[in-house]
Amino acid sequence: MTPGFSYRRAASIKDAVTGISEGNGRILAGGTDLLGCLRDSVFTTNMVVSITGIKELKRIDETPGGGLSIGALATITEISESPVIRERYPALAQAAAEVASPQLRNQGTIGGNLCQKPRCWYYRGEFHCLRKGGDRCYAVAGENHYHCIFGGNGCYIVHPSDTAPALIVYGAEATIAGPAGMRKVSLENFFVPPAKEVTKETVLEAGEIVTAIVLPPPLAGLKSSYRKIRSRQSWDFALAGVALALRTSNGRVTDARIVLSGAAPVPWRLVDAENALIGKVPDPDSAKYTAALSVKDAQPLKHNAYKIPLFKGLIEEEVVNISQA
Amino acid sequence: MSSDADKHECSCGKGLTRRQFLTSAGAGALIVTASGHLGKDQEASAAVIKSGEETKITLLINGKQFQMLVEPRWSLLYVLREELGFTATKEGCGRGECGACTVLIDGMPRYACMTLAVEAEGVEITTVEGLMKGEDLGPVQKAFVEHDAFQCGYCTPGQIMAVEGLLRKEPDPTVGQIRQGVSGNLCRCGAYPHIIDAARRAAEMKKSGAL
Ligand SMILES: Cc1cc2nc3c(=O)[nH]c(=O)nc-3n(C[C@@H](O)[C@@H](O)[C@H](O)COP(=O)(O)OP(=O)(O)OC[C@H]3O[C@@H](n4cnc5c(N)ncnc54)[C@H](O)[C@@H]3O)c2cc1C
Ligand code: SF4
Ligand code: FES
Ligand code: FES
Repeated sequence: MTPGFSYRRAASIKDAVTGISEGNGRILAGGTDLLGCLRDSVFTTNMVVSITGIKELKRIDETPGGGLSIGALATITEISESPVIRERYPALAQAAAEVASPQLRNQGTIGGNLCQKPRCWYYRGEFHCLRKGGDRCYAVAGENHYHCIFGGNGCYIVHPSDTAPALIVYGAEATIAGPAGMRKVSLENFFVPPAKEVTKETVLEAGEIVTAIVLPPPLAGLKSSYRKIRSRQSWDFALAGVALALRTSNGRVTDARIVLSGAAPVPWRLVDAENALIGKVPDPDSAKYTAALSVKDAQPLKHNAYKIPLFKGLIEEEVVNISQA
Repeated sequence: MSSDADKHECSCGKGLTRRQFLTSAGAGALIVTASGHLGKDQEASAAVIKSGEETKITLLINGKQFQMLVEPRWSLLYVLREELGFTATKEGCGRGECGACTVLIDGMPRYACMTLAVEAEGVEITTVEGLMKGEDLGPVQKAFVEHDAFQCGYCTPGQIMAVEGLLRKEPDPTVGQIRQGVSGNLCRCGAYPHIIDAARRAAEMKKSGAL
């Protein structure tokens, strides 16, 4: 049975902000991550603030500039099936379709997907590790098969979201409401690496909630995709995932974005590899070169070096696939 | 990528981005706008149900209304099984991992273990009991029996609800779509091949209107 908590059904964004500002309130959207965390005592809360009654958070609207605003409560299923998203932001639709299981996609929201807690099994288990405010990381010398190969610094989680890397290749922004008003943060800067603050996953401050994700208009001629490798056929988090966006002019790459899931504590952008692609013909040779460059700074742990050839192969294949698409 | 929208957050290291500007201007790295406070029209505030306190809710299950008292922390699964006796819906993992607790909410499969009862007001809930046609089994149930689509049967109610939900959305699914449709329902007995056959058969039965 879940430990007890008080429950407040927020009538408005302001009400939700007030609700979580009191005590150690937590937002409830689809609940697919929150309830698991509470049952496993990953954290406790005295107040669950449900935002599911706030209709304006459910909307998916085209913005005046030709972009798209996705309300925080849009479900993962709605995103994977939205005709506008499938046509203009295919990597996002593909990533959403790869999330968890049909039931969880029907229930889970985009806001919750971006704010979900990591899946490190020590963290989810009864270990008071660094990320929970303890004094050490149990994964670094333990079972670290599913941990990071980039960006580990004291803590070695991988960021669990499939949608985040896809949103980042399109330059999406999060709209955030809080006690001081509204602000916008590029999704690329939304996630907090352990080197900066090991007990935080996102830049959200006390009392802040995500209200929407805003995508800029897609670049004309941009090709994009998301591909995920998991260890079994049914639902699973990414062992390795890559969101890719490329644009070419006269056969040469003019714009490139590569963002990985399952690789680092935050969605991991490969700026060097992106730059290496600019000006090249996206053929098997440059794909190979890009892939090799992508993993050159990898720092595997004892049990996860297999991720290096996995990412290398995945990136190489995806660069070739997308340029032939 | 050089769309307008990216310029202000470019991390390519060329030029002064808006983020760097704000940082160097001491405005805090990420505070981009302070565009007004939240609207006055959103002032309405909601009632709080205290921890451990029970509140009256009405659930619509298989077309019938049920009123009951629930604590905020109670899951829909707990209420279905322990308070209302809809025991076909099973508890496996209680973590969103196995699918034994699958029910339809407004026609879509969801996990009852990951849904709070207080959040299930105002929606239509369907459990396996709700697929019965009077005393007879519904088409998906029948197809599962015909095709021996179970061994121990523990996962079966959840599998049936997943298939029912799939067929309501996609009346003529491919094998790939069926696999997808039941990918959130684990079967420890490995009855998958039969489950997939049963789902195909159920689609045919539903189409022909036969029971
Ligand atoms: C078995 C299983 C498999 C999964 N597989 C995958 C997978 O393959 N890929 C993947 O990406 N995810 C996966 N997930 C994670 C899944 O929970 C999320 O994908 C889902 O989208 C979370 O959304 P939610 O609305 O249910 O979040 P909730 O559980 O409601 O919230 C999650 C967290 O975010 C906070 N939160 C929610 N909304 C907001 C908001 N608007 N503003 C601020 N904070 C907010 C909550 O307080 C909570 O801490 C899986 C989960 C399970 C249980
Ligand atoms: S990897 Fe991070 S979350 Fe996991 S045990 Fe180490 S500090 Fe904790
Ligand atoms: S009991 Fe709900 S998914 Fe396992
Ligand atoms: S029939 Fe036994 S778990 Fe599926």
